[in-house]
Amino acid sequence: MGGIVSPGFRGRRGVEGGEVRLPPGQYLTEDFPVLTAGPTLRVPTDTWEFVIVTETGEKHRWDWQQLMALPSERPTVDLHCVTKWSKLHTSWQGVSLDVLLEGVDTAADYAMVHSYGGYTTNLPYEDLLHGQAWIAYKFDGEDLTPEHGGPARLLVPHLYLWKSAKWVRGITLTDEDTPGFWESAGYHDYGDPWREQRYQGD
Amino acid sequence: MELFSDDFTDGNALAGPLREIFAVDMTTATGRCAGCGDEGPVAGMKVYAHAPGLVARCPSCQQVLMRLVRGPSSAWLDLRGTMSLRIPMPAE
Amino acid sequence: MARAAVPGGLSPRLVWRAARLVEFRDETPSARTLVFDVPDWPGHLPGQHVDVRLTAEDGYSTERSYSIATPADGTRVALTVQLVQDGEVSPYLTQTLSVGDVIELRGPVGGWFVWRPADTAPVLLIGGGSGVVPLMAMIRARRAAGSKALFRLIYSARTPEDRYYADELRTRARDDFGLDVSYVYTRKTPEGWPLPPRRLGVADVNNGGWPPDFQPACFVCGPTGFVEAVADILIALGHDARRVKTERFGPSGT
Repeated sequence: MGGIVSPGFRGRRGVEGGEVRLPPGQYLTEDFPVLTAGPTLRVPTDTWEFVIVTETGEKHRWDWQQLMALPSERPTVDLHCVTKWSKLHTSWQGVSLDVLLEGVDTAADYAMVHSYGGYTTNLPYEDLLHGQAWIAYKFDGEDLTPEHGGPARLLVPHLYLWKSAKWVRGITLTDEDTPGFWESAGYHDYGDPWREQRYQGD
Repeated sequence: MELFSDDFTDGNALAGPLREIFAVDMTTATGRCAGCGDEGPVAGMKVYAHAPGLVARCPSCQQVLMRLVRGPSSAWLDLRGTMSLRIPMPAE
Repeated sequence: MARAAVPGGLSPRLVWRAARLVEFRDETPSARTLVFDVPDWPGHLPGQHVDVRLTAEDGYSTERSYSIATPADGTRVALTVQLVQDGEVSPYLTQTLSVGDVIELRGPVGGWFVWRPADTAPVLLIGGGSGVVPLMAMIRARRAAGSKALFRLIYSARTPEDRYYADELRTRARDDFGLDVSYVYTRKTPEGWPLPPRRLGVADVNNGGWPPDFQPACFVCGPTGFVEAVADILIALGHDARRVKTERFGPSGT
């Protein structure tokens, strides 16, 4: 778009890349910006539930206590937001999707993630497996705040952060790929930050 | 489910991004929500701008009325939550 | 070359224009009015805004919207920008940008939150913090156009020092016939002020505004929480929702 350059203007960004390796077009940030497509939700844990529905309609349901009883992991991961900020070495605690999907009988190729409030995002089923995805409920050792998607959000850090749905409530497994909230409005279907898949056609 | 009350702006903020696409000002247009049927000016929609795109919601029922994403060489406008838009036209 | 100016009228396509800073003045310790010269500016209506775009040397760019503070005046466009601590654009605009520097802006945009000088109905303006900026454009346009529409401004500020245009509003309240100005302070009042600091309430709108029977055109601008509260008060007092126009800046302090 080539605008007029304002000498000395950097915005709120930190250094660009520098010593660390960042995906193309990303900038480092130290704070944790809050992005949301709607009102911040407060979902009480006593009514919270997480439901996986397979392509045959079979439902697997967890309430909060059941989720807490599952073995958890503490991944440290880098976050890349499509709005161009990256935040490195973030610490989380949550349940791996490998654990949740262990007893789920499916041959689905795709997954649609649903949130409280109506947000959706789609990704290939494979991307939920092999230690790549968690239902995260703690950030930096503290309960995940509503602003960042608490009580629990999906964490799939190898894709742009819009895929890590806040206030997650379920995943529907399907044979067909259906675009989610941002994927149907111009954003890339897959969203790999290292291939800079921001928009459709990238 | 409790909602915070002030983390949004309004449809006035859509004036520039929509005027880039349309030949007339769209913030004075009257939109009808496909969810609850309420009518109101685009300027009065609740707009969430701290997001990968601009999201406009119905002030009555929170339904998503409009999504606007601006890429380097395309703009995407999703209006599936809006049943209709009545757009005032300047006199010839 | 220069097209005939149509205030608020439509140019074929909304384009980014080069805007050169020609002068500035500080309104408060944290707010600065920036006066730009914008060649081929098509003119604007009071209440309209512009989008400002800043681009860094590495190509990163970002945009913000600012209300225009003055009525149409040739190629001059004045914005009053509040410094937001940790902000992305306002620190550059209020602390770095110097006279002669060029930025980009596009506009005017917005046809909703607009007062037309030909409208003779009484006007009630209610501004919170920097929300007074587009209301000031209306007050200035009223005098410039010789309008006799009756105006009342209720201005909510945190402290007396946080008021924009304090001297000008004092002068205008005295000299602009048919303009009344009242203040509400939310954190600290002036010496001898009859009331403690507090949020704007029903009594302030009752005393400083117009009765609903007058069918005033109401313009409310400020942080989202402020605008929501004031709009609720106006509706509760019996004002016609269709006569209440609002512009929200988002959460206060961001």
